[in-house]
Amino acid sequence: MLEIKNLCVGYGERLVLHGLNLELPAGQILGVIGPNGAGKSTLIRTLSGILAPQSGQMHFMGHNLPQLTPTQRARLIAVVPQANQLPPAFTAWETVLMGRTAHLNWLGQTSAHDEEIVRQAMQRTDTLELADRRVGELSGGEQQRLLLARALAQAAPLLLMDEPTAHLDLQYQYNLLQQVRDLVDRERLAVMIVLHDLNLVSRYTDRVALLVKGELRALGSPKEVLTADLLSQAYHTPLQVLSLEKSGLPYILPPVG
Amino acid sequence: MKNTARPYMSSFLLLVGALLLSVAVGSVFIPPITLFRLFINGVAPAARPLAEDTATLSTILFSLRLPRTALVAMTGAALAGSGTAYQGLFRNPLADPYLIGVASGAGLGAVLAMSANWPYTSLGMLGVPLAAFLGAVLTVAAVYQLARVRRTIPTTNLILAGVAVSSFATAITSFLMINSTGEMRRALVWLLGGSTMTGWQPVVALLPYITLGLGTLVTMGHALNVLQFGDEQAQQLGLPVQRVRVTIILAASLTTAAAVSFSGVIGFVGLIVPHLVRLVWSSDYRHMLPLSMISGAGLLLIADVLARVVMAPQELPVGIITALAGAPFFLWVLRRAKQQHFW
Repeated sequence: MLEIKNLCVGYGERLVLHGLNLELPAGQILGVIGPNGAGKSTLIRTLSGILAPQSGQMHFMGHNLPQLTPTQRARLIAVVPQANQLPPAFTAWETVLMGRTAHLNWLGQTSAHDEEIVRQAMQRTDTLELADRRVGELSGGEQQRLLLARALAQAAPLLLMDEPTAHLDLQYQYNLLQQVRDLVDRERLAVMIVLHDLNLVSRYTDRVALLVKGELRALGSPKEVLTADLLSQAYHTPLQVLSLEKSGLPYILPPVG
Repeated sequence: MKNTARPYMSSFLLLVGALLLSVAVGSVFIPPITLFRLFINGVAPAARPLAEDTATLSTILFSLRLPRTALVAMTGAALAGSGTAYQGLFRNPLADPYLIGVASGAGLGAVLAMSANWPYTSLGMLGVPLAAFLGAVLTVAAVYQLARVRRTIPTTNLILAGVAVSSFATAITSFLMINSTGEMRRALVWLLGGSTMTGWQPVVALLPYITLGLGTLVTMGHALNVLQFGDEQAQQLGLPVQRVRVTIILAASLTTAAAVSFSGVIGFVGLIVPHLVRLVWSSDYRHMLPLSMISGAGLLLIADVLARVVMAPQELPVGIITALAGAPFFLWVLRRAKQQHFW
């Protein structure tokens, strides 16, 4: 569904992504991992049209992504950013309603249909009871769920998430990722998610892309990519990888002793 | 979700009251009943000619009070409407028509024209406003160019460039005024927002600019809401950010420049009215824009009435009133707003 070929992105002379090749089918979660500066956020920002690629192709559902207008792109791709810079004055309802932007007419009028979609998105993310509260009064976890609701209201088949768990405690991290997992399984969304916590990657993603210095170092299932060799090399740190008993999922630990 | 009728009712009542006050109060007080009769007579003249004193009142009403009221109302709506747009666009509570140099540019243009004795050339009465308009547009263009980084205009750059260019233009204006001789007082009065033009001519000249500018701004409510999330999120939500920004800047600057051209530099309206609306009613720009325009018209009319009566028969420039009443009020708003989430 999403196809990235030979993608090169940079700021002026400095290339941040060199010749990246990736594919992401519907109904899958692709975890993007790598040390700081590997180009993970750059990849998200390029796919969402903030940065223009220097060369290479990005196609999604038959559309050539760089040629789309922001409105056309937003109907296909929704982004869940980190919840640290939301305007505090809007209510939760108004914030999620912004997700309908790409579907509104030139006056920005919302219809009963839009409101129904917003209501459903808030229901699916357990935020409906917050609807009338101002965003400034909400906790980090609630704001992050609101951003997921906003992305769902956008009704786009591809979801890009840039470290959505960064400001959340454990309970909310698991909650959020489980919600994403359920959505992908139920509604066949495609999700690309940047995560720093490798154990969350192991538990919640279908495939993993390991980026190092703007190049794709490995791509495969969590078991294939989350190995002691690959990770220790990528992060310049000796790491242990254990295998969990029942599921066989990799479990990453810092070195002992 | 919320009941939106009440804010519109309240602001509309404020405007109607201010309009009545503005046509009734002045060097001669016209009682409401007389006003009513004069209006009826104006719309459908009676067969019998008016008594002489009533005829004088009629002249005052239709050639002086009404056009002035219309001009002041339009100016108030223009300043408050563009102030709201600037605040939303720059996501800055201090943004107003002065921030990006529109007003100071217009002031410089006008004073340049006055010191070159333009008003008496072939352009006639419209020479000064035209120069003011050109000054405003050139200033915005300069600020825009200075603030631009490749294809984007970072907000901080825009504000810094605006403040710098603004100071520069104001310095030249001050220099010209200190050096000038005859026209200085007139320029000073104009700069402080004392309207020096009377009759319907400025109203008619202003109408198309204000209609176009404010009409465009009213359609940008949702776009301004989305911009509050920052440029990057706004674009990811599907807003054509660059196009929207340029449209808002052009519409707001056109509106301000037109208002400043005909009414002089009137401070604080564009800053305070949006805050007032946000504080009392809503932070939703779809409602803030029209509500600010209506309330801005009403409040400036009240300030103008005060300017007429405080030192009667001498008139004060309305800019003095708005600053005198506005500054303390603004400080109060600021103190209150600190305790709540408005920005």
